[in-house]
This record gives sequence, structure tokens and C-alpha cells, in this order.
Amino acid sequence: MQIKSASRLVGRALLLPTLALSFSSVAFAGPDENQLIIEGETISTDTKAAAGNPLPHLYSGWRFRSIETQALQADDFENPAFTAVDTGEELWNTVDGSAGKSCSSCHNDAAESMAGVRAKMPSWSDSLGKPHTMETQINACREEQMGAEKWKWEAQDMLAMTAYVGLQSRGMPVALDLEKGEMQDWHDKGEDLYNTRVGQLNLSCANCHGGNFGKMIRADHLSQGQTNGFPVYRLKWGGLGSIHRRFKGCMDNIRATPYKRGSDEFIALEVYTANRGQGLSVETPSVRN
Amino acid sequence: MAKIKPRVKVPKTASAGDVITIKTLIKHKMESGQRKDKEGKVIPRKIINHFKVDFAGKTVFEAQIQPGTSANPFLSFSVKVQESGEFHFTWTDDDGSVYEAKKSIAVS
Repeated sequence: MQIKSASRLVGRALLLPTLALSFSSVAFAGPDENQLIIEGETISTDTKAAAGNPLPHLYSGWRFRSIETQALQADDFENPAFTAVDTGEELWNTVDGSAGKSCSSCHNDAAESMAGVRAKMPSWSDSLGKPHTMETQINACREEQMGAEKWKWEAQDMLAMTAYVGLQSRGMPVALDLEKGEMQDWHDKGEDLYNTRVGQLNLSCANCHGGNFGKMIRADHLSQGQTNGFPVYRLKWGGLGSIHRRFKGCMDNIRATPYKRGSDEFIALEVYTANRGQGLSVETPSVRN
Repeated sequence: MAKIKPRVKVPKTASAGDVITIKTLIKHKMESGQRKDKEGKVIPRKIINHFKVDFAGKTVFEAQIQPGTSANPFLSFSVKVQESGEFHFTWTDDDGSVYEAKKSIAVS
């Protein structure tokens, strides 16, 4: 009896690897070959990695999503993030704070003044002594120039504004300037965090998004964890979310204690991940599952 | 955001006899009237209850919308076009306000 069950086990053990192999090579073999065309404009979703990048070739997260999710992003009308973009445009022109100014009082037309901004964020700020993200830059403007109250990191108004400003850079390649200030140090700190195992599951970012992108992690198709589409409309969230919200979600999933949104750790991680996607087109606001 | 703003997407051109797809979306909270606030008082119903599309003086699409429709209602429908003209979209709110949008199409 014992021998019989043992042989059964052996039989199964032999069968399983072949099954797993055929699955990974046929159904879920890395990114697909679809092309992202938004309102007639082709947006490149992959690019050759710059020298020193740990990844051989960069793919936008869009290439790992289902056709239905991809279609949502390919049409600005169906992209649910665009209600927030509309709100962002309204806020851009709304006077707020003691100085009686709106964003447009100084920056005029966002389509001109904000083009390319999202592509180079986070960027070094001398006055702050650390890198500015979209969120901290907007709040600095609000407090110093407008005399308005700052927005919370994940406030609807903040997300609407980052989406609206980010949209003006859509299609432009991500290009961080690491030469400025101490950006390189922040990048290296982010790289350390990226490769450090944390949490009960003892995983680092790189364990999933480094060598294993394209594979399935339970029901989810692993992407490279690129940040070129943020703020992103996630179907799971039913709304927009910031890069730091995504970081936090990942850390929750690996049973780690997440850092706070806007913390130095997350800013460093944002610098590193943004630079890791150097050359990918900005897709803000993107749609993911 | 309080501002209610409709968006419509109509192809700019079409051939006579073509069946075109029109997409419409209006930013609206669609408060169902079923919810209660912190004090337990019913939040009054405020939804878009009627949607109508006219083309060359003729109604080509009309819908009565009920509570239970999600926020920012998205309506998409097909129309067969024979001649150039202007689509006239109207959304009617519970409080009587009417939101409008116009979009023309060139048919060859």
C-alpha cells in the first residue's frame, strides 16, 4: 500500500513540471506585442535599456495587461482617469489661497508650461535639500506662491492635479537628471531599498519585478514595476492612485510594514524606479488592473 | 467636484448610410436617495433622470435613467446617418437643470 502511493506521488511529480513548463512558455510568456495608439498617436511601450540598467529591455506595464484593460487606456473617452483630468484642469484655473492666484496665474497654459515636467520627476530641489516629486512640487507652489493650504498626498484634488500636469508630458521619454544635487545618492539609496528583502515573505522589489516579470504571481501578470504611467487609474482601486500608494500596496502584500507616503524612503525608491524606466514614454494617466 | 460637465464623442466624418457609434459621459454624482448621512438622515436623491439626443430636429436616442445607475453615467449607442448635421444632447437633472452638448458630423 505504501509503495503504491509512493509511486503515485512520483508519477505526479513527473507530470507537474511539464505542465508548469507548457503554461509559462505558452500562455504567459512575458509582455505581449500590442501597440498603444491613443487618439491616433502611437505611444511606444518598450525601449532599449540605457547602460547600467539591470533590465535588458524596458516594457511598460501596459504590455502586461489584458486586452480589455489595454483598450480602456487606448481611448481617452473611455479612460476613467479623464474625469479626474477634467477636475485637474478646473483646479488649474481656480484661484485659491491668500495670494489670490491660481496655477495658471504664473504658469499660464499647462499644455505649454507643463510639457515635459512629468518626464523628469522626481528632480532635485536646492531649497528643499532633497528631490521634489510631483506632489511635493505642487504643494510647495501652493504654500509658497499661492498661500494656499497644502493637499494631502492622496487627496482627490492632488491626484487630479498630478494627472492633469502629467498628461501634458504624455508620449515623452522619462529622463531623470541624476547629475543635479545629491540625486545620485538618493538613487543609490533607492536601489538599496529595491534590492533589500523585507517583510514576512522576505521579498525585495527585485525578486518579482527584476528577473521574474512576465510570469504569473497567483492571478496577476507580473510587470517590471515601471512608474511611467502614474498617477494610475487602477480598476482594483476604482480610482486614481499615486506611486507611493502602489509601493505601499506592494509592501502590504509581502507582509512588510510599509513606509509612509511622502517619506524619504519612498521618495528614494521613486527616484530609483523612475530612473530604472529611463527612456520609456510617459503614459499618465494610465489604466491598470 | 461640483461642476457638472458632459463629454461626447462623435466621429467627425462618415459616409451616408454608415452606422456610427456615439459615446457620451456626464460627470455627475448620481446620488441615489437611498443613502444616509452620519446623522442618519436620508441624502436627497439627485440624479440625471433623462437623456435625449436629437439630430436634425428628430429624436434619435432617448433614455430614462433610474437610481442605481452609477456615478458619471456613460452611455454609448449607434446611429445610422444619411446626411450632415448636428447632434444635440440633453441631460435632465432631478432639480430641473438641463445640461447640453452639441457635436456636428459631416456626411459624404
